[in-house]
Amino acid sequence: MTSEGFIPSYETGTEWLRCVGASSDVVMSSRVRLARNLAGWRFGHKAGHGDRQKVLEVCRDRIAAAGLSGVGASTSPAPATPTAPPQIMWIDLRESPPIERQLLVERHLISKQHSKGKPLPDLKAGDVETTDPRGVAIALPDERLSIMVNEEDHLRIQAVRGGLALAEAWADADRADDLLESQLDFAYSPRFGYLTCCPTNVGTGVRMSLMLHLPGLKLTGDIEKVKRAAGDMNLAVRGFYGEGSEAAGDFYQISNQTTLGKGEQAILNDLAGEIIPKIVEYERLARRNLLSKRGAALEDQVYRALGLLTHARLLTAEESMQMLSHVRLGVVMGLVSDVDLASVNALMLLTQPAHLQRVMGTELDQEQRRNARAQLIRRRLLKTN
Amino acid sequence: MKCDKCDNEATVHEMIVKGGVKTERHLCEHCARELGLNPGGATLGQLITKFVVAPQGQPLAPASKPAAPARPTPPTSCRGCGTTFADFKQTGRLGCSECYAIFETQLGPLLERAHEGATHHMGKSPKRWEERAARAESDSARRERIDDLRRRLEQAVMAEQYEAAVVLRDELRKIEAQGTV
Repeated sequence: MTSEGFIPSYETGTEWLRCVGASSDVVMSSRVRLARNLAGWRFGHKAGHGDRQKVLEVCRDRIAAAGLSGVGASTSPAPATPTAPPQIMWIDLRESPPIERQLLVERHLISKQHSKGKPLPDLKAGDVETTDPRGVAIALPDERLSIMVNEEDHLRIQAVRGGLALAEAWADADRADDLLESQLDFAYSPRFGYLTCCPTNVGTGVRMSLMLHLPGLKLTGDIEKVKRAAGDMNLAVRGFYGEGSEAAGDFYQISNQTTLGKGEQAILNDLAGEIIPKIVEYERLARRNLLSKRGAALEDQVYRALGLLTHARLLTAEESMQMLSHVRLGVVMGLVSDVDLASVNALMLLTQPAHLQRVMGTELDQEQRRNARAQLIRRRLLKTN
Repeated sequence: MKCDKCDNEATVHEMIVKGGVKTERHLCEHCARELGLNPGGATLGQLITKFVVAPQGQPLAPASKPAAPARPTPPTSCRGCGTTFADFKQTGRLGCSECYAIFETQLGPLLERAHEGATHHMGKSPKRWEERAARAESDSARRERIDDLRRRLEQAVMAEQYEAAVVLRDELRKIEAQGTV
């Protein structure tokens, strides 16, 4: 396990923007998260600094010893980093500057809450970010596996795959869980399953979620029906950055909420075998209908977005995301031929504040970021034009 | 016998002898209550207490309210981390794994509501637990087999079927030798 340096392939590495996998015209990524706690230790919010430090050390050392580097590793090397061997990188978030933590949030490797840290009873409020013991282990080069330590639960194992590949993501998470379990004693009860800080996660501790791009359903207004149906099936619909975030750029995350009394395989089958393929079909139908009935208006929207992105001088992250969403729709529907999907997907990540500053190689305030964002998008899109 | 007032079965019977004239009333519990009779009455034990045991002038517990059996009160705080159920209701979070055992009764209905009526875990479990459960299952099966063999051996001896008894005894020894129960 390495701890020096930072994600070397920040421009391309992340799995969820690689636009690969089944149904990737609609499904951006499939994600599986497992919540686990160590037996005999208090849950995070009830533990003092000393206990959190001990849990961090135990987990960090066991993660290093568990042989996780092969989990989720590509059978063929990733195109962006053809020579990088799979390895687990450990990041102690107390030592990370805020911009690096923000980078991890934007890449969906840690939660916002984990980036900030927890106010502990024995710490002053201002100290939280640099003193709350917490970290993350990330499998490189693909970032298909990451493990947050000392988030709400002691361990949050996350596996992600591009496109509709929930079974593969589950296999990675399951394998990582088995390897960690051989090193650690997890809190478990035969009645309640894996014991978690919040009882909404108890049982399997599993959250399976799919990031969907649904601009067609948004345009036809049928997205509300999907949301209602999802709610009826006890599924949560969230925005691009999870809980509490807006559905920026028509991206929606759909995930299971029930974790008790339903096995992992049943949750997987319901989502990947039944519900998501139906939503995918529904979205494709909406896109086809828009094209046949309102073709000119659809094309106009796509090209207006492209025009704005290639000519604007100041762009907010929200506006970029919305315009990139329209262009993405145009690309996957074959309305735009001279922009490639990979560039659009990459820009969705690179226009986020921390990534933007990393690409530009300097710290930027909000106004400077708007200018830099417009500049980066122009450069990237016009190069392929 | 039917109630004098309605069609219900009469369960309260009253006989009054006044001036040499005997009158009887047969009533159901409901009608007896309406007429001011106390159908529940006092139990024989309570009557004995009232008239025989209790000292004069000392008030007694009302006959209609027998003492409720003692019910265990649910624990108010977790001995592992000090979390109270009120804390949990406020924050939605438990403090440690022991909280689940301590507040099991109170948590049950809440979990049912949150998880589509589920009460028990389904799915993956740690290998250690699986091994423990498998061991417990095989121990229990072995114990049953031993009990069965002992019973049949006893019956064989009683019936003086010594050849069958020898076979059963050998089998019993073999299983017992596999481990201590």
